[in-house]
Amino acid sequence: MSDALLSVRDLVVEFPTRKGILTAVDRVSFDISRGEVLGVVGESGAGKSMTGSAIIGLIEPPGHIAGGTISIAGQRIDNLPYEAMRRVRGKRIGMVFQDPLTSLNPIYTIAEQLIETIRTHMDLNERQARDRAIGLLDQVGIPAASRRIDDYPHQFSGGMRQRVVIALALCVEPELIIADEPTTALDVSVQSQIIDVLKRMCADHGTAIMLITHDMGVIAEAADRVVVMYAGRVAEIGAVRDVIKDAKHPYTKGLMGAIPTLMQDSDRLTQIPGTMPRLTDIPPGCAFSKRCPEAFDRCFVEQPDCRPYQGRDVACLLYDEGKPQ
Amino acid sequence: MLAFIIRRLVQSVVVMLVVSLIAFVMFRFIGDPVDQMVGLETTVQERELLRQQLGLNDPLPLQFWHFVSKAAQGDLGISYQFKRPVADLIGSRLPATLELSFVSALFALLMGIPMGVYTALNRESLLSKLFLTISLIGISLPTFLIGILLIFVFSVYLQWLPSFGRGKVVDIGWWSTGFLTVSGLKALILPSITLGLFQMTLIMRLVRSEMMEVLRTDFIKFARARGLTNRAVNFGHALKNTMIPVITITGLQMGAIIAFAIITETVFQWPGMGLLFLQAVQNVDIPIMAAYLLLIALLFVIINLIVDLLYVMVDPRIRIEGAEA
Repeated sequence: MSDALLSVRDLVVEFPTRKGILTAVDRVSFDISRGEVLGVVGESGAGKSMTGSAIIGLIEPPGHIAGGTISIAGQRIDNLPYEAMRRVRGKRIGMVFQDPLTSLNPIYTIAEQLIETIRTHMDLNERQARDRAIGLLDQVGIPAASRRIDDYPHQFSGGMRQRVVIALALCVEPELIIADEPTTALDVSVQSQIIDVLKRMCADHGTAIMLITHDMGVIAEAADRVVVMYAGRVAEIGAVRDVIKDAKHPYTKGLMGAIPTLMQDSDRLTQIPGTMPRLTDIPPGCAFSKRCPEAFDRCFVEQPDCRPYQGRDVACLLYDEGKPQ
Repeated sequence: MLAFIIRRLVQSVVVMLVVSLIAFVMFRFIGDPVDQMVGLETTVQERELLRQQLGLNDPLPLQFWHFVSKAAQGDLGISYQFKRPVADLIGSRLPATLELSFVSALFALLMGIPMGVYTALNRESLLSKLFLTISLIGISLPTFLIGILLIFVFSVYLQWLPSFGRGKVVDIGWWSTGFLTVSGLKALILPSITLGLFQMTLIMRLVRSEMMEVLRTDFIKFARARGLTNRAVNFGHALKNTMIPVITITGLQMGAIIAFAIITETVFQWPGMGLLFLQAVQNVDIPIMAAYLLLIALLFVIINLIVDLLYVMVDPRIRIEGAEA
């Protein structure tokens, strides 16, 4: 796994609370190669965003990384001191958040925010930074970039603002972008535009993307591989085509069944019974066992590991050697 | 921008007219001014003559018009007790009150904002807890008690600072200032702290809570994710956004400082307008009371105008909407 750009191994994120320690991310491992788009899906609370925050080192205290390692290009970054980690943020790992309306500081112009970021990481003067900023805005598809750069965030529409946010995240050409629900707050009509912009920008600059979303449609459209998360754990990792066409983990199957398609002429969408357990009472054994239609006795006592199975990794005892049948 | 200022000026004039109506009504309905001016042995004819001279038999709107037009020219009538023009009396007392209020406000801002920022950034530190405890005392103790305590400690017990009066003052034209002599400056310390302590704690708590609110916003998280330095995030982004509500409250509090100066001036025998006003109340000296009312209203209106302009300077959203309107 030495060729991986980002390598996450057995990552554990814990939140101490009055009721005890909550494990928001539980032994999660995955890799992202250079230039790859890795989708991360799951319900809210599944630990997707928390994994993203952990990678960029911005977990809100009292939450903290309690175990595992995160490395970028072979260098460990989960244990860096604050100042060293600050220099990784923006420069090597960029981040795009869900809501473009609140991601930008309302009292500074776009130019001020872009130039500030560029000059924090690059040795450029005001003029050069401004030229670079205008070039970036042009690339993300802001019309009349050289004129609009001096506008304030509230003078842009939501879709335009998300383009600005992407420009900000990419302005010093990081190797990895973590896009946390980048299209969720947007109009359906601009969602695919933003995904296009993100993909094109990253392809042009050779940037890898970790695309966090709960929208399987976005994953199908944009991602190369996908990580399915459930209750802080990885359920399944595989190529997008494999996972969509032939899901193995019962939870992934449930997710796929819940997507409406025009081809299929079924009256009802399948749904997964029940809700995801709260982090305070994850059942022993498999976290999905209580909702799983295929669960058997071992599932309630034994916690499955993520193992390779037919070209992907699945954390399910159905595909373990000792399965029944 | 110009339209905005003109609109605010018109509003200010309306406010001043309403206040002068109240001040005028005081003249008419709180006792008979003639009774206040003449002795018991004055005959009915003499009283009637006086009424005629004073214009008290004119129709009410005409009287109001006379009152307003004279007040606008700086003629606020003759004090009953001192038999001197009220404008002169107030003019001689105004510098004392304004200097005291100015120093108090400066004290409140220069102490309150840094303490608020510090306690917001270092929530768990011991110094923060100390500041919060001090602020609790500042908020809960009444002004006069703080004044008396300060006099007891610093004037009576330690004998470091004077307990009353302005010290030596220097006249610059009609303005008498205590800023230029050592005794004048020393005399300012205790009353300023007394008057400013409440405002300081208010500003500190306001800055603290606003700053903590701003630090939780997405754009701060995004600023951190862009790898900006702590300094840039905390002061460049968080503090500037914090200042928008702080400016409003501080502006209103400046008016309150001038109005509350009455109590502090009494405790420290400070020869300002507050003391003059209290004497006027005791002696039913209505011209002084009315003039004081008008002056305080004028100061409030001026301060609010300045606050509005500052607001426009800090917040681009208002600036642009104001320009378009």
